[in-house]
Amino acid sequence: MITLEKRAGPSKVWAFATPLLAVALTMIVGGILFAVLGKDPFETIRTIFLDPLFSEFAWFYRPQLLIKGAPLVLIAIGLSFGFRAGVWNIGAEGQYIMGAICGAAVGLALYPMESRLIFPLMVLAGAFGGWAWAMVPGILRVKFGTNEILVSLMLVYVAEQMLASMALGAMRNPEGMGFPGSRNLAQYPSAANLELIKDSGMHWGIVAALIAVIFAYVTLSRHIFGFQVRLTGQSPRAAKFASVNPARMILICLGISGALAGMAGLFEVAGPAGQISIDFNVGYGFTAIIVAFLGRLHPIGILLAGGLMALTYIGGEIAQSNLGLPGAAIQLLQGMLLFFLLAVDVLTNYRIKFGKGGTV
Amino acid sequence: MSLLSLQGLTKAYPGVVANDNVSFEIERGEIHALLGENGAGKSTLVKTIYGLVKPDAGSMLLEGAAFAPPEPRAARSAGVAMVFQHFSLFDALNVAENIALGMENPPPLQDVSERVRAVSDQYGLPLDPSRVVGDLSAGERQRVEIIRCLLQDPKLLIMDEPTSVLTPQEVTILFETLRKLAAEGTAILYISHKLEEIRALCDRATVLRMGRVVGACDPRQTSAREMAELMVGAVLQVPEKPEKPAGDVALTLTGLSAPAPHEFGTALRDISLTVRRGEVLGVGGVAGNGQDELVAALSGEMPVGASMVRMGNENIGHLPPNARRALGLCAAPEERNGHAAAPDMTLIENALLTGNVRKGLSSRGFIKWDRARDFAAEIIEKFDVRTPSANNTARSLSGGNLQKFVIGREIMQDPDVLIINQPTWGVDASAAAAIRQAILDLAADGAAVIVISQDLDELMEIADRFAALNEGRMSDPRPAKGLTIDEIGLMLGGSHDMEVSHVDA
Repeated sequence: MITLEKRAGPSKVWAFATPLLAVALTMIVGGILFAVLGKDPFETIRTIFLDPLFSEFAWFYRPQLLIKGAPLVLIAIGLSFGFRAGVWNIGAEGQYIMGAICGAAVGLALYPMESRLIFPLMVLAGAFGGWAWAMVPGILRVKFGTNEILVSLMLVYVAEQMLASMALGAMRNPEGMGFPGSRNLAQYPSAANLELIKDSGMHWGIVAALIAVIFAYVTLSRHIFGFQVRLTGQSPRAAKFASVNPARMILICLGISGALAGMAGLFEVAGPAGQISIDFNVGYGFTAIIVAFLGRLHPIGILLAGGLMALTYIGGEIAQSNLGLPGAAIQLLQGMLLFFLLAVDVLTNYRIKFGKGGTV
Repeated sequence: MSLLSLQGLTKAYPGVVANDNVSFEIERGEIHALLGENGAGKSTLVKTIYGLVKPDAGSMLLEGAAFAPPEPRAARSAGVAMVFQHFSLFDALNVAENIALGMENPPPLQDVSERVRAVSDQYGLPLDPSRVVGDLSAGERQRVEIIRCLLQDPKLLIMDEPTSVLTPQEVTILFETLRKLAAEGTAILYISHKLEEIRALCDRATVLRMGRVVGACDPRQTSAREMAELMVGAVLQVPEKPEKPAGDVALTLTGLSAPAPHEFGTALRDISLTVRRGEVLGVGGVAGNGQDELVAALSGEMPVGASMVRMGNENIGHLPPNARRALGLCAAPEERNGHAAAPDMTLIENALLTGNVRKGLSSRGFIKWDRARDFAAEIIEKFDVRTPSANNTARSLSGGNLQKFVIGREIMQDPDVLIINQPTWGVDASAAAAIRQAILDLAADGAAVIVISQDLDELMEIADRFAALNEGRMSDPRPAKGLTIDEIGLMLGGSHDMEVSHVDA
């Protein structure tokens, strides 16, 4: 009989080892899955995890890694505050969309004026859009005790409808021959989020993501607010005793995650995507949840996890085009990663005992 | 032949031997006390008898036959019943439903209710089977548990700290029931640290220390002090209460009222009192009569009307906890894990939890971890907290050690007003004496202290004045010196028609 025995404290070794173990298990089970699909498992795994970094065409893929990874990291950092405090913002995708819409709206409204202030203004508007969208579940939870998981999730679908309406209506490019989608912001110098160094993939969103990582690291380890966030998540009553106002904590955490998701949306719409279009959002807001947990809600971990997840995105695309792997198989692989992480997570707090235990 | 005979029971956990070759006998119809400090191995021993723990070595004989219950169900069917210190009842269900839930093959609810009525009449335990458990007092809840056990017709009834939640009057009723049961031949294994009770109730006592049987005595012939010293294995230090004149008024409550914070909470009703510097006010009362709410209103977790709580001339009823700490009011709630301390955080982080303001553990919001570490180390040293290091989590400490840490953390912030709920709950005798002494020293240095406790002996030992909390109302404080146990009982019982006389008294 196998029994689980609670550890006296969380194991430090396993806290580091479980993400690695989860990645390894994902590779194994993913490999089996690919073999069943009739692909060579070793080649597929290599294509997904190694080719983007080391293949002949890596010069093309590496900048893509940054472009894919930055929004994931930026959103996941924001989410990690809430997740640590027990505030479950599942709707980052919606906040990401609203940030893009609000930020783009500022840019489009000022077109074709040129000024150095336009881009910063758009960033602020993007952050505001995401923040405001996150305040909806926040205020509903604080005032009426609703469940922020459901409200924030449902608001994603509202935001998607809003996005479609904008792409087809208010924000449609007047010179676009009736095609859906806004003007291309990337071609509007004052509003474009362009590469800072040619061919590096480095744009302002990546700078923002790195700043967010450092900011989160310092806040969580050195600042009293970070302490209060952790305390609220671990023991809400003790947090109250330590003078933390639970309602304020909920609003702040949702606000941070909303604002960062909104900013990520703006950097995307003004750069890599270029325009507001119906299919602008590709699920960064949801994948960021995986990134946050894969990174143990720790800023540095999130940075690494964001890189890993970007890798599976890029590698997945390569595998799709080169090996003819179905796109759903890649999503399955990403889901598996979170699944295994949660499963092996048990080892951090429990140790496995074989044989007949049977005492309480 | 004795009813139950324990022979050489041994049980070791990693790092500690909980029971070491424990042998003694329990006779039919006797009330047998099991005495010992925290960690002496009492719980492990009764869990072994009840089938929750399997011993590493040793055996048990029940009525001469080998007895090794693999699980509580087997123990129950063999005739062993147990009333735990913490009740396992559903608040939202009524008494009969709760009892039926614990049965193997429950008869129709109607029958359960009748049997409950019959047993409650037979043993003088008043209990209405149709009442909802959430509305019952702690004493009544305990009766539910006892009756649940009695319906099984047990040969041996184990009771773990049964009186910690009862008023003196309820204790009297319980004792009569137990005596009646014993007279009918049921053996009772009675665990308690209230030595006077054991002297009044029990026929024999077995004393455990560090997992071993260190002695047996006849409680009627042995003084409480002798038994305590047997338990501790050393001469007991009794706290000294210096005589001192009362100082200025430090804390004033005026018409403090607050609605119940949750469905099964208690509303505070019009509490008025003053506490002076240098004074210890003892607040007695049965759990669930507003203790938690009073602490929350005083600590700032539950804001109330600004003028309902005053420190000196300042209205503080509306302030959050940290603002009150800054003014010199500290508090230690009853629940250590998850309220006074965060179980998964280190002692350093837990030192920061309340010490931030008064100890200057942060500046401009940035935490000074080295100072927090020093503060934690100081508490650990001064209050003899047994832990390998300040980096250990609160959860890894035993209850008594964590209690010492929590109380020490508040006392070492040198507060002007200190509120403590259950200062020595679950703490062994020598540590309890140290905590009481620290409280008295703090008061001697000019702090006003409110101690809320269910342990009346403790309150009589350290309090200058005594007040009772009953259904959210506070009786007028009276000087503790000279109060008789009967008077206290009446204050605690607080029948409602006495309210008028409260005002006059």
